[in-house]
Amino acid sequence: MHITQGTFSFLPELSDDEICLQLEYCLRHGWSILVEHTDDPHPRNVYWQMWGAPMFDLPGASPALAEVASCRIAHPQHYVRVSAYDRSKGRQTTALSFIVNRPTSEPEFAIERQEHADRQIRYSLTVHPTDDAPGRP
Amino acid sequence: MLSDGDRPLETRWSSGVIPYKQMGYWQPDYVPKDSDVLCAFRITPQAGVEPEEAAAAVAGESSTATWTVVWTDRLTSYEDYQAKAYRVEAVPGSDNQFIAYIAYALDLFEEGSIANLTSSIIGNVFGFKALRALRLEDMRIPTQYVKTFQGPPHGIVMEREYLNKFGRPLLGATVKPKLGLSARNYGRVVYEALRGGLDFCKDDENTNSQPFMRWRDRYLFCMEAVAKAGAESGEVKGHYLNVTAASMEEMYERAEFARELGSVVVMMDLTVGFTAMQSMARWARRHGVLLHLHRAGHSTYTRQKNHGVSFRVLAKWCRLIGVDHLHAGTVVGKLEGDPAMVSGYYDILRRDTIRQDPARGIYFDQEWASMPGTMPVASGGIHAGQMHLLLHHLGEDVILQFGGGTFGNPLGVAAGATANRVAVEAMIKARNEGRDVLLEGPGILELAARHCRPLARALDTWRDVSFNYESTDTPDLTPTLTL
Repeated sequence: MHITQGTFSFLPELSDDEICLQLEYCLRHGWSILVEHTDDPHPRNVYWQMWGAPMFDLPGASPALAEVASCRIAHPQHYVRVSAYDRSKGRQTTALSFIVNRPTSEPEFAIERQEHADRQIRYSLTVHPTDDAPGRP
Repeated sequence: MLSDGDRPLETRWSSGVIPYKQMGYWQPDYVPKDSDVLCAFRITPQAGVEPEEAAAAVAGESSTATWTVVWTDRLTSYEDYQAKAYRVEAVPGSDNQFIAYIAYALDLFEEGSIANLTSSIIGNVFGFKALRALRLEDMRIPTQYVKTFQGPPHGIVMEREYLNKFGRPLLGATVKPKLGLSARNYGRVVYEALRGGLDFCKDDENTNSQPFMRWRDRYLFCMEAVAKAGAESGEVKGHYLNVTAASMEEMYERAEFARELGSVVVMMDLTVGFTAMQSMARWARRHGVLLHLHRAGHSTYTRQKNHGVSFRVLAKWCRLIGVDHLHAGTVVGKLEGDPAMVSGYYDILRRDTIRQDPARGIYFDQEWASMPGTMPVASGGIHAGQMHLLLHHLGEDVILQFGGGTFGNPLGVAAGATANRVAVEAMIKARNEGRDVLLEGPGILELAARHCRPLARALDTWRDVSFNYESTDTPDLTPTLTL
């Protein structure tokens, strides 16, 4: 499957030049940049592993792009996402967040249905890693 | 004594009928306090009624006055409780319309009660014989009063963090046909739209509990659709389950059931009334369920320029009441909405500070004192081909709802949803890259359509569809004096 979290998941994969343009947009707004990665893309997995600390006061996009590259090298079969954080009053939240790396074979989600009285069903979602994903930790 | 006008005290209190002006409701020297509720009314006096007297009458009838002098006023600190009309301005280009500014002391209103606020301000005066028409154009709600309201159960920031969706408008669709589908078929439509790429689907305002589809059955099938689409996308998806019902008890019953099934969102209609909406807002805050409001019925009193209540006032009330989503116009779609006016509504829902701006019909500064914002919803006759216009006019913190624009795609419902999602992501990407989306929008969409056949079909199908009718509710477009 193709997980469609993040701002640009319905578009063709972004090139490094395109990622750079998005980073520059974030920097123009004074947002800090965070690179994160995970092998668990469950939609409720909020806290992906941070690839270093958030980058504040970047002079340009290159250092952030370099972090994306090194995170990809270290975790080629993980999801890697770039998030921009807006610390301004009234926001203090993520402003933009998009995936920049995916495993060659993405995991599947399975729904577990628990049947209860009165036709109610409780749903839970579990991530089923695909066996053929190389380099999984 | 100012509050008694220019009439000597002994005659101010003489039994009988005297002009409202002389009862103290017209005070041109009054300086509004920071804690006053301020109203701007568009008044159209009957022939022969001077505008200051009409303004004083509105002030009187919406606060302490009745038609005749009563000695029991003298048992009160009436100078404080009387509303004060403090300015009247002629509306440019009109020979019989005036804007009357009226100040109300904070003590006139019960804390945290929209029912009380509206019973006071619009409870009595709109049928007043001395006026041909009356419209509440804007209301400045003082910070002291704002802070007595709960506000949106979650607000824009919390909603995005909860849904894990950032940096782009959210996408929704109201299931069509809105009446007649069985619960099972209805759920199918929801599933297709969500798996195709929408974030939300929505019941319509009158999708409640009819013979062909009872609410409980609809909820069960919709939640199957939501869970399945979530599993296929890895995203959080939702369907606004409409809990509108005949009684509060039934609304709670439906909302509780939606919550038990794990729905992230429920909705209600404006027709349920202010008190029911405030109750649902508290319920939604308590249970962590997003609350969507469909403004069903609002045009009966918001649309005509000379009579009723402006939508910008209703938007303020709804933010105070506490809804997470509110339909606020599309600019380009099939429903009423002058661009300048709609941009004003959006600011009122989303921003923390709003400045007076006559060109957008905003009469007062408004401070929200960090009350979370309400997500505006654009719905009604919009399609993917307008994405650049929608982004330009409405910005990013908005839910774009494509009903016909999803279900009408020739390649099917899921394809229609994909077309909308690709269009919004492509437009955001281009905007962030520094492109002028207003100018280059159609080209950006054509390019995106090269790798997305559903978008290509959407663009072909609705290429020339637009709704270019003149708006009814437009700004007077002339600056008024600053407070």
